[in-house]
Amino acid sequence: MTAFGKLIRTTAFRLTLVYLFLFALFAASLLGYFAWNTRRMITEQIATTVNAETGELSDIFGRRGLRGLVFNIENRALRPGANLYLVTTPTGLAIAGNVGSLGPGVMATTGWSETAYRRLDEQDSADHRALVRVSELPSGFRLLIGRDLEERRRLFGIVAKAAQWSVLIVVVLGLGGGIFVARRVLRRIDAMTGTTQRIMAGDLSGRLPVGRSGDELDRLAGNLNAMLERIEALMVGLKEVSDNIAHDLKTPLTRLRNRAEEALARSGSEAEYRSALERTIEESDGLIRTFNALLMIARAESGQARGNMDDFDAADVANGIHELYEPLAEDNGVTLHVKASSTPLHGNRELISQALANLVENAIKYGRPAPAAQPLSAGAVAGNGAKEILIEARRDGDQVLLSVTDHGQGIPEADRKHAVERFVRLEASRTQPGSGLGLSLASAVATLHGGELRLGDAHPGLTATLAIPAQPRAGDRLAAQTLDVSQKVA
Amino acid sequence: MTATDPNMRLLIIEDDRESADYLAKAFREVGYVAELAGDGEEGLSLAQSGDYDVLVVDRMLPKRDGLSLIGALREKGNRTPVLILSALGQVDDRIKGLRAGGDDYLPKPYSFAELLARVEVLSRRHGGPAEETTYRVGDLELDRLSHRVARGKDELTLQPREFRLLEYLMKHAGQVVTRTMLLENVWDYHFDPQTNVIDVHISRLRSKIDKGFERPLLHTIRGAGYMIRDGIR
Repeated sequence: MTAFGKLIRTTAFRLTLVYLFLFALFAASLLGYFAWNTRRMITEQIATTVNAETGELSDIFGRRGLRGLVFNIENRALRPGANLYLVTTPTGLAIAGNVGSLGPGVMATTGWSETAYRRLDEQDSADHRALVRVSELPSGFRLLIGRDLEERRRLFGIVAKAAQWSVLIVVVLGLGGGIFVARRVLRRIDAMTGTTQRIMAGDLSGRLPVGRSGDELDRLAGNLNAMLERIEALMVGLKEVSDNIAHDLKTPLTRLRNRAEEALARSGSEAEYRSALERTIEESDGLIRTFNALLMIARAESGQARGNMDDFDAADVANGIHELYEPLAEDNGVTLHVKASSTPLHGNRELISQALANLVENAIKYGRPAPAAQPLSAGAVAGNGAKEILIEARRDGDQVLLSVTDHGQGIPEADRKHAVERFVRLEASRTQPGSGLGLSLASAVATLHGGELRLGDAHPGLTATLAIPAQPRAGDRLAAQTLDVSQKVA
Repeated sequence: MTATDPNMRLLIIEDDRESADYLAKAFREVGYVAELAGDGEEGLSLAQSGDYDVLVVDRMLPKRDGLSLIGALREKGNRTPVLILSALGQVDDRIKGLRAGGDDYLPKPYSFAELLARVEVLSRRHGGPAEETTYRVGDLELDRLSHRVARGKDELTLQPREFRLLEYLMKHAGQVVTRTMLLENVWDYHFDPQTNVIDVHISRLRSKIDKGFERPLLHTIRGAGYMIRDGIR
């Protein structure tokens, strides 16, 4: 498509054409109305003058006879810019006036008519037009009084010319403006198209140019950029996850396979086969658990789990999890405390319980104090405090906070964001069993409810908090993530 | 693995031939009469005509899906206990399954031990005795109304949750009860904890009811779960 072809196809240009047509029509009709009115006024004025003079002259004829009339008319005809006068006898002979010739048959009928004429004293051959009135005088004489229409024609001509010019100017300016606007818009759209094509070609880091005017195109570009931001984050996440899945699922799968192969290759005793098979089952159970956790996260993140929301007390969840994990904590040499005040919450109880359970499991697993160095920095706490874990449920403003605090090594600030990601197991935890999905799930559950998972410092130790709005409104998740337009899951 | 009522009749409605055969074989080995149906229509007509103790129904079946099959059965007044097997393992799928008239829901992949334990509990519930107010296993006695537990002459003090745990175990005395079954029925959680929380609760309970007694009642069944029973039956 040629540049011009593209230009005239733009919406801006088409709109310009429509407006142009409308404005031209408007200007033309305005001037037309003006011209028509002017013409009517001039005609009326002529008629008034002519009527008055006809009355006067008839009167003179009545009082002073033909001689008086002729005398008077000759006088009048001599004035500059005089009207047209003609008196004829009953046989049609001209006896007075300044009219040299007339259109045929004008004198035959009385009343108004428009006619071509020539003055007596005029030598040029050009025809003039006049508006005349013929009236019958007593005893068969006829009197014609009229006025030249040149004035009216000239005025009309001026108006017509003005109309032509104004329409021309409107068209030229309008077209120019239209092309200007269309090109401007086109340039920006072209820039956007270029960027999107680059993005489609695989370069996800491209962003649309955003101007400073804040007009609708800028807002559109801004929104598209935010969307791209989100898509890029998701893509990066997806890639990381698939890499991690590849690693975290392949490793146990390989172990599984090796073990089976080894058992097959070695002709061992039945007991050996048994133990190999048992380990195989154990390993696959671990795989299934990892898989389930991944699915759960995916569902929470896509918002599918939003179906099972109801009202419950966050304190019940905290107490329930405390009750479930208290013996386990004790076996691990940790005291599990709970401090829960009754706090109504709307959400998926099962998921929130599981998220909190994950946080508690993490605290039990990793919440041990660091081997050395610790007592110096936190003398008082390190004694007994280090072996305590606190589950808390409380309300803070319009948020419900469910938190788990341990007094272990905590997570260094720089690692906190990283820790929430799927399959991430920080250095300290590599040796512990676990899928590395606990915090990711907790975070996904918080996001599902329009909240977030916060990791903070407990000096020493870690405070992991599920901060969830007490009454999430419809579309809260959308608001929280700005641009989750992709799915509004039924 | 466990002693089973030899007359127990089971219908497995599952379209995947291999898993159906595997299940049938495994159930027959522990003494069940197991029959197979390969699609929803066949399953429905068999379930209506035959007299089964438990139906094991895959959720996704050709011709008629599992949930609609259960709905049709229940509509006709057939109250045979149904266990739903499904690849959809999430809480809301589970609720949907139970709402459709299923009695239990087991997500795939499952272990046979888990499936067997659940089928046993279902079948017992179907034909078993009415709910009693007092459970007895050996010299252990649990009164459900007064919440009193005693072993022999010794009165035992249990925490409320320990009481409910024991109550569930004793209600299904002689049957294997898996960890997930306990988590679901005693705690009402349907997620899978990564750690051995249940084991710790069991060992606490065990220390209260078995410690210092000659004959243990609460047994660990390897690879499956727990069972409460009097050593000699």
